[in-house]
Amino acid sequence: MILEVTGLRVEFPSRHGNLVALDGVSFSIAPGEVLGVVGESGAGKSVTGLAVIGLLDPPGRIAGGEIRLEGRRIDDLGPEALRRLRGRRIGMVFQDPLTSLNPLYTIGRQLEETILAHLYVSRPESRKRAISLLGETGIPAPEERLHHFPHQFSGGMRQRVVIALALAAEPSLVIADEPTTALDVSIQAQIIALLRRIARTRGTAVMLITHDMGVIAETADRVAVMYAGRLVEIGAVREVLHSPRHPYTAGLMGSIPKIGASRKHKLVQIDGAMPRLGAIPAGCAFHPRCTSRLPRCSAERPELLDAGSTLAACWLHVPDAGRV
Amino acid sequence: MTLLELDGVTRDFDVSRRWLNRLLEGEPRRLLRAVDGVSFSLERGETLALVGESGSGKSTLARLIAGLYRPTQGRIAFHGKRVQMIFQDPYASLNPRWRVREIVAEPIRVLFRRSTAETCSKVGELLLQVGLSPEDGEKYPHQFSGGQRQRISIARALAGEPDLLICDEPTSALDVSVQAQILNLMSELQRRLSLTYLFISHNLAVVSQVADRVGVLYLGRLVELASASELFTRPRHPYTRMLMDAVPDIEISGRARTPVAGEVPNPLAPPSGCAFHPRCPYAYDRCVAERPPSLDRVACHAIEEGRIS
Repeated sequence: MILEVTGLRVEFPSRHGNLVALDGVSFSIAPGEVLGVVGESGAGKSVTGLAVIGLLDPPGRIAGGEIRLEGRRIDDLGPEALRRLRGRRIGMVFQDPLTSLNPLYTIGRQLEETILAHLYVSRPESRKRAISLLGETGIPAPEERLHHFPHQFSGGMRQRVVIALALAAEPSLVIADEPTTALDVSIQAQIIALLRRIARTRGTAVMLITHDMGVIAETADRVAVMYAGRLVEIGAVREVLHSPRHPYTAGLMGSIPKIGASRKHKLVQIDGAMPRLGAIPAGCAFHPRCTSRLPRCSAERPELLDAGSTLAACWLHVPDAGRV
Repeated sequence: MTLLELDGVTRDFDVSRRWLNRLLEGEPRRLLRAVDGVSFSLERGETLALVGESGSGKSTLARLIAGLYRPTQGRIAFHGKRVQMIFQDPYASLNPRWRVREIVAEPIRVLFRRSTAETCSKVGELLLQVGLSPEDGEKYPHQFSGGQRQRISIARALAGEPDLLICDEPTSALDVSVQAQILNLMSELQRRLSLTYLFISHNLAVVSQVADRVGVLYLGRLVELASASELFTRPRHPYTRMLMDAVPDIEISGRARTPVAGEVPNPLAPPSGCAFHPRCPYAYDRCVAERPPSLDRVACHAIEEGRIS
């Protein structure tokens, strides 16, 4: 496994008490695998990514659990060791390519600087690598584009540059947080294909954080569904999307409009909204909105359990769960 | 009954630099044609959706119809009394210093002569209609989530008793489960109040959920206009086909698709002839030279000549 996260807990101490942003989150990503992390706003998907790369905004902190990268523990590293890890072992791609690039430097300079900072190579070699990275991420005429500034690129091309930057030091893990959200659909499809290709050809583990189930369906091998700071379901993408075992996943899938569905059909509606961090219900966090809740759901929190095709944190999949 | 007619509507924006810079640097005036010769009509009670990527002119078109811009050329005829609009960002479109009841009452106050008591009960009724409670009127917008704010926007729009509701990406800023709530609410309101929607979105799946007819925009031009059932089962214009192929295959059905190529060109320098020709797999010299007319509601030389169906 490239990345192994076990029982991760992230807290944000505040005036209103300790806000638990992540609670008992466990997952792993194998080489060449794309794990989709999906959830609605406030589910904790971005916090999960930030915790892994050690970029939680203070006062946020990891309060429990373990993060291992290639077998080595990284959640207890100091800031300097983490800084060296980022870029070298873990590459990052964020939503807005414009804020990830320095507007004052050519992209060639930014790429070469990153390569030189992390790898022991000569200058001419770093240039050669920069050109081949741009080529690999699908930028036409990379030799010329090297001398261009970020503003001279379109949104989709910029995101390709950011992906090239993330790959510069040949990291084993790439964390992509909403990499296609700022892009048009036609460009989105191209970036999705690129991410997939990178995982396949380079054997890079990819953690793809997104709110968009469509992007997950196209890119991910496995998918982890988050709700109120917890993992509610994890499994192979086909299983989770086709036959979700957790009522939240099922509701989420039903609420997505699909082309070709009859208009007479109303969309499945999950009433209510995701709880605020300060007011997460006891037991299963989803129970107040769940239509198939049992008495046990409000009392006891379910762990991820074998639910047939996937793992789901839901009492419905325990044979005699009805009894408390 | 026709509610709205657009005939060759065009809108230019002057994006030239200042007069002195132009004079000194010998630069010509630069015009950006955001909407280019768009014609369609809208019937009462139907939902017409306009889809397109960024820069396709869909929001400009919405603003032209709402009267926020004047067309540079062409004609817009509106056979109703009032138009209301619902905007994309429910955080920016509500005055944070007003109570919700004041926000919803404003169109009533401006458009109709009503007593305070009448206005008050009307506001309560509207809030109920969009799934909020009349007591919510005392709160401020920041006390609501994005989805609830969009409900407030809808209540405010309905307060003006509009003949036409223009919805510019009303659910793009919302989470999918909240989007489903709002889309369901909008269809229910349409059924109950026989509303007419002009629905603008970049999301084809959302459009397929709400629209009776769909218009596809590319670089300010209407390239295809068809009934939703026709467009989604048999897209004709190469750009529409490309858009359909770009929609993620959420069922993982493995349907065959051609990969999408290229990007939307710079609208300041649109390609000659058919604006889509640089990305079109069926393009040939006529497409480069000559702008295709809209025949049978599709603007494409290849279709006109029967090279593709």
